[in-house]
Amino acid sequence: MSDLRHLRDDFPILATTMRGHPLVYLDSASTTQKPIQVIDAVSEYYKTLNANVHRGAYTLADEATTAYEGARRRIAGFIKAGSPAEVVFTRGTTSAINLVAYGWGLERLGEGDRILLTLMEHHSNVVPWQIIARHTGAELVYLSIDEDYRVDLTDLESALDERVKIVAVSGMSNVMGTIGPVQDLAAAAHAVGAVVVVDGAQMVPHLPTDVGDVGADFLAFGAHKMLGPTGIGALWGRPELLEEMEPAEGGGEMISDVQLYESRWAPVPHKFEAGTPPIAQAIGFGAAVEYLEKVGMEAVRSHEVEITGYALERLAEVPDLEVYGPRDLSERGGAVSFQLADIHAHDLATVLDEFGVAVRAGHHCAKPLMRHLAVPATARASFYVYNVEEDVDRLVEGLEEARRVFGLV
Amino acid sequence: MALDELYREVILDHYRNPRRKGVLEGDHIHAEGQNPSCGDEFSLDLAVEDGKIVDAAIQGIGCSISQASGSMMAEAIVGKALDEVTDLTHNFKLMMSIVDGENPVDPDRPGSVLGDLEALQGVRRFPVRIKCADLPWTTLEDALSQVG
Ligand SMILES: Cc1ncc(COP(=O)(O)O)c(C=O)c1O
Repeated sequence: MSDLRHLRDDFPILATTMRGHPLVYLDSASTTQKPIQVIDAVSEYYKTLNANVHRGAYTLADEATTAYEGARRRIAGFIKAGSPAEVVFTRGTTSAINLVAYGWGLERLGEGDRILLTLMEHHSNVVPWQIIARHTGAELVYLSIDEDYRVDLTDLESALDERVKIVAVSGMSNVMGTIGPVQDLAAAAHAVGAVVVVDGAQMVPHLPTDVGDVGADFLAFGAHKMLGPTGIGALWGRPELLEEMEPAEGGGEMISDVQLYESRWAPVPHKFEAGTPPIAQAIGFGAAVEYLEKVGMEAVRSHEVEITGYALERLAEVPDLEVYGPRDLSERGGAVSFQLADIHAHDLATVLDEFGVAVRAGHHCAKPLMRHLAVPATARASFYVYNVEEDVDRLVEGLEEARRVFGLV
Repeated sequence: MALDELYREVILDHYRNPRRKGVLEGDHIHAEGQNPSCGDEFSLDLAVEDGKIVDAAIQGIGCSISQASGSMMAEAIVGKALDEVTDLTHNFKLMMSIVDGENPVDPDRPGSVLGDLEALQGVRRFPVRIKCADLPWTTLEDALSQVG
């Protein structure tokens, strides 16, 4: 296994216990743990740099601004953006998608227009479009999921015509692990003049990402699923689209001039960043990206392929266990959803908790997908750089215990 | 161990073979409840005559705790007067520490206040699951609030 085991020492929480057992954290698709480098970056900012950005004439404020903008530069580099101005700080993935929905969709959509989504979208890439559709009279259309848990592209030609103005797709499913067909969809969407929004909440943390290759027009992602703090995320956009896009929020910091009855916006990206931003969090985001760059995203990906492969192998040994997701490791990331016999996912999670194993149980904010899979809930184990094979072994032991408690052995 | 206290046989039995599953045909009141954070759902039909619950039917999707709690509740309330049902609900909520007050259930005493429902005591040790056990009871309260 491409051994990243040494990284575990950087994560203080991995030395803690849960219900008396060493913590086995298998919920990184919800949020990842934080390395000491990120924790230190945030606390160092408060200890030595704290001041508001883009306002003060004094040195400390200038240093805070430099650190904040430095984080933007790092994040831009991480996704191979053309310039830092293509990266807008947001509160997270959800608010990045909402920014496109309100800033781009609200003005441009109307009666008869369509927004194309897939059945595997997280609620955050569904509900904002429903709201915009309601405001504009546009219609939502969905691509389905096939038997191998992939986005079904057989209906693409009929679903994607000139009426479609926006295609919004997840780069990686937080439920099934499925890697979204982003490049294919982007090419097809551009052929009919639609704009492509990629929900990168799971993709950017887990796959080496180059926005030039992705082919999207907008890419939303958040720090807390990639070792960074909560409360900060980013929207990457093509510069010409960001220029055209309206701000979704007004306030301080986003203007170049304010008159009594109208105002002029600050240049991109600041016109989208109204109010005092989460400065420490942005700096923590920068530190997280720096950490991932040091590990190397190729190494992150190959570690994930290996541990996911091992998990799928071990889970196949558990009787009556069904996995909902692609078998082919090249088509998936490390979120593994499953159902064990007639044991409800919450009951499984409770049993696993008793052994110090943290998994997510429920609908994973993807109710349309759960209905399509015809399961009310699944348990989900998900992996990141700090997970090791023993974590999978502890999961499987816990599942054996669940079978005993539920009278299945 | 605590898990065996939580998942007692009687709970698993009610989970796998829910009593009074279905819907009522004649005159009845209906209520639905859900826990949005976990997706559990529970629905309840009640036939009330002369201040007494004469029939009940339940449907639901969810974990063993919410569904077993609902099945046991349905069994326990049929044949009871409405004020007895209110007492039962209060005692259940006391037992689960959903409302403040002394736990009415003494595990060593025969002839219990809550019958089979006492099997849900083990849930107290798992605070995150208490809302599961409570779902059918809040649905019941909602149904009873519709009684004139
Ligand atoms: C695929 C996907 N999209 C969007 C989100 C929303 O992210 P956040 O809640 O951090 O805004 C998540 C996280 O739960 C996700 O997994």
